Order: sequence, then structure tokens, then C-alpha cells
Amino acid sequence: MALRMWASSTANALRLSTSCRPHFSPLARCFSSVVDGLKYANSHEWVKHEGAVATIGITDHAQDHLGEVVFVDLPDAGGSVTKATGFGAVESVKATSDINSPISGEIVEVNSKLTETPGLINTSPYEDGWMIKVKPSNPSELESLMGAKEYTKFCEEEDASH
Amino acid sequence: MRGGLWQLGQSITRRLAQSDKKTIARRCYASEADLKKTVLYDFHVANGGKMVPFAGWSMPIQYKDSIMESTLNCRENGSLFDVSHMCGLSLKGKDAIAFLEKLVVADVAGLAPGTGSLTVFTNEKGGAIDDSVITKVTDDHIYLVVNAGCRDKDLAHIEEHMKAFKAKGGDVGWQIYDERSLLALQGPLAGSTLQFLTKEDLSKMYFGEFRIIDINGSKCFLTRTGYTGEDGFEISVPSENALDLAKAILEKSEGKVRLTGLGARDSLRLEAGLCLYGNDMEQHITPVEAGLTWAIGKRRRAEGGFLGADVILKQIADGPSIRRVGLFSAGPPARSHSEIQNENGESIGEVTSGGFSPCLKKNIAMGYVKSGLHKPGTKVKIAIRGKTYEGSITKMPFVATKYYKP
Repeated sequence: MALRMWASSTANALRLSTSCRPHFSPLARCFSSVVDGLKYANSHEWVKHEGAVATIGITDHAQDHLGEVVFVDLPDAGGSVTKATGFGAVESVKATSDINSPISGEIVEVNSKLTETPGLINTSPYEDGWMIKVKPSNPSELESLMGAKEYTKFCEEEDASH
Repeated sequence: MRGGLWQLGQSITRRLAQSDKKTIARRCYASEADLKKTVLYDFHVANGGKMVPFAGWSMPIQYKDSIMESTLNCRENGSLFDVSHMCGLSLKGKDAIAFLEKLVVADVAGLAPGTGSLTVFTNEKGGAIDDSVITKVTDDHIYLVVNAGCRDKDLAHIEEHMKAFKAKGGDVGWQIYDERSLLALQGPLAGSTLQFLTKEDLSKMYFGEFRIIDINGSKCFLTRTGYTGEDGFEISVPSENALDLAKAILEKSEGKVRLTGLGARDSLRLEAGLCLYGNDMEQHITPVEAGLTWAIGKRRRAEGGFLGADVILKQIADGPSIRRVGLFSAGPPARSHSEIQNENGESIGEVTSGGFSPCLKKNIAMGYVKSGLHKPGTKVKIAIRGKTYEGSITKMPFVATKYYKP
């Protein structure tokens, strides 16, 4: 049954990944990786704008706080997303979290690999774990997002206030 | 109940605390300084505990291990939980049993000294005020532990009835153990680990039994019970000795027993099919509806004499209109308040708690459905974010329990 398959493959991937990386202490969480050249929303999503298309996913900091992702709810390609509005949800063992779009536009592709292997969000948040690709309707929205340095600072401050 | 990524730390607290919305709001917005700390607070932080507000306390939701890892390790080796936020108390006096029996459904008089049971405090309508593990220490001494989130309400309820009882000449008083801490040691290594720290032969102490014994040099109240479905103990220890005891347990297990937070505790109890008060049991839910008819003693069914007995005894005779059930489902984990539908899409009930089972690697949930639709194997649909997913009603526990029984 498909459900079992995705579940066990996630678990295997996660156990593998957690066993070969050091445990994060709360202090180390401040140093979750942030990639230069991407834009970041204060709701912890990233955007990579290349040519006509922008790729969207959640940050390393976000996946680290969420814990093992067990299900990803994605929209259909062809629909639209609006800046700062939810387009999907990520389910971890811990909780359900809405995922907001950092920009507005038309969804041109969704990462169907996440259906079978939601754990890609944990193991590769900036690469294989991308969620949707969007054709921006208002590229100037990207200007309002944070850069890598700004986002790193934002995470540190947010962690400190918790 | 869900939020954006930025609400991460709060979301599980909300899911765990829920019930009374006003209380939640207060809990969520309570500043860090308003939260109570257990004597192990610094120890949690030093061990990487991620502290969150829970029922007015700052408690670790997890440590360095993920919730998945912690849950699995509890079943493979063992877990140590700080549950000092829960409220331990004794009722003492020659009429303590007669008094308590007015408030709970258990046959307390019928318990052998030194043994206990899960029970339910009921209200006049037969609804649950709280669930609690009670122990008959002797004929004039009952020890019990109530939920942290229910403490104020429970104590007020007990006190009110105690006043009336004493006014009629009843002999009962209470002692609240605020100077004690409570540790839960759970999992297959619990017995062998704790045995290093006491001379008492724990192999002769079975599930549900209670003893007052010396552990690691201090006088502890030991109950062979827990909230994970595993063998294990709850240890009430003088607070000044709690840190030493926690360290000794971890050390004697050679690191196999790991500090475990509320997140994995929730996964573990869900896998074991155990109710979380406030989610799976509330003021308007009776023990019969909650599937706890087994906890209503035979004599109590015959005699009644507890609050709401008329409602509860009628439900036992006629059958309740709704029943707590276990569920498997496809798609996203079904969380509390997800609607349960029959195959035609008609609402038949609601999920009260649910999540992804770390041990079974699939979604599990519990909830209430209309009687008649509660049988294992019944196909249902579960509505999540506007879509419906296939599910089926199943027996609980989801993961077999391993209580230490003769």
C-alpha cells in the first residue's frame, strides 16, 4: 500500500540522515544553514528567482524546528499563489504548519517527489526538498524579502525570544 | 489547530493543552517569567531541552533527539520524563476511601493495599472532570496524581466535597506534595535500571503496584505505571533529591535511557491508545463513551454512589450514543477536530487526537463516532483541509502494551 511505502521510506531516509549528522543543540540551531543568493520571508520560506521562474521551499531553520516531515500538502500546478498567503502545509511528527508563499504568481510546477518522500524537506531543504515553482506576477515583491544575512539575524533574534 | 512555521514552538503546546480556549490563550501568551519551573529546569536546558509553556509550566517538548528518535528509543530501551508539573496528593483518614468513592468511578475499597488503578473523577452529569491514577496505600491512605492542567479545578472540586463530607462527621484530610518531584521512567530497561538504585526486589512488583521505598538514598513513592504502554515506573521523590536521581538513572542505564520530552510522550500515549484529558476526554464525555467502562468497578455499577452515576449506569445498560475509537488513515495525519465521515460523506464524529506513529510509520488517531459505526474495520473518511482521505476504525492500543504482570 502506498501509504506504508512512503512512510517507511521517509523513516529510513530520516534515520539515516540523523545518524550521520551531529545533533543540533539549541545554540547550534542559530547556525542552521542559510544560502546566499536566495530571498527569505519572515514565515521561513525561501525563494530562488531564476529567469522567468521562482522556486519556493522552506528553510533549513524551519525544517530543523519542525522535525521529521511525514506529509506535504501541495497545491496543483496551474493554480495561483498570493504573497503571504498559505499554499500548502507540512506535517511533521510534532505538528501541522501552513506554508505561505513569499510572492504572488502562477504555479507552473510542484515537486511531486515530496508525495513519496516528504523527508526530502529535512535532508535537502534548499535543493531536492523544493515545493513549488511559480511564475511571479509582481517581481517587485521580491524586493521586500530578506537577504541571507538579514534572515540569519532574524532567526537568531526569533530563537532568542522563545 | 495549526499555525505557520513561526509558531512552531507553540503549536504542540496548544495541541497538547487545548480544551478550554480561554485557558489556552492565557497559556500561550503567558510570559516566560510567569511559567513555573520544575527543579530539573536547568538540567533540561543543559541537556538541550527545548522548553515550551505547558499548563502554566515551562517544560521540555524535546531534547537533542527528535520526537521520532525519542519515541522509538523509549520502546527499544527507555525514557526518563520529568512530570513534576503533575500534582501528587494523598487523602488520609479512616473515611478517605468512602470519601473518594463519591468522586470517582473506581472500586477503591476493593483494591488490595498497595495497588492502584486508572480512574475518572466525574461531575453530576457523568462527564469527566479528570482522569487519574489512584493507589490504595492502606485502608486509610489513598495516593493519587492528577493532571497539571486540571490541578486547580480538581483541588477545588475535592476541597468543596471534602468540606461537606467533614461537616457530616467524615474523617478525611489531604496532603499535597508540592515539595516532591515526579519522574517517569518508562521502557524495557526501566526495571533493570531502577534496580541498581534500590534494595527492594522490583521483579516482585507488578503493574499497578505501589510502594514507599528508599531509592538512591531518599524516600520515594514508587508506582509501577506510566503513560507510554511500556513497563515502567512513576517515582515521587523529594525535590532536593530529584536531580541526583535523574542523573543516577541515566548513568545506570549507560546512556540507553534518554531524557524524553512532552512531544514523544504524546506520541507514545497515542500509540498506546491512552486518553489525553482535554483532548480525548472532557467535561461532557462520560467514562463509558471514552471506553473506560472497565474502570467502573462491579460493585460501583451495582451501587452507584458517585457523581453522575445515574447517567453513567444508564449508559452502561443502554449503550452510549457515541464511542471513542481508534483510526488509521491515509494522507496527512488526522489531527484533533478533523471531521470523521461515513462512506457517503456524512459526518459521524470528530478526531480528538492524532498524529504520525513513529513505531508503525503510519497515521494513527483517536476520536468519537456514533455508536453502531464504531466497529473495527468500519470504513470512514477523514476531512482535512477541504479534502477527504480514506480511513478505517481499528482496535486500540495501536502498539501492543508491555505492562509488567505476573
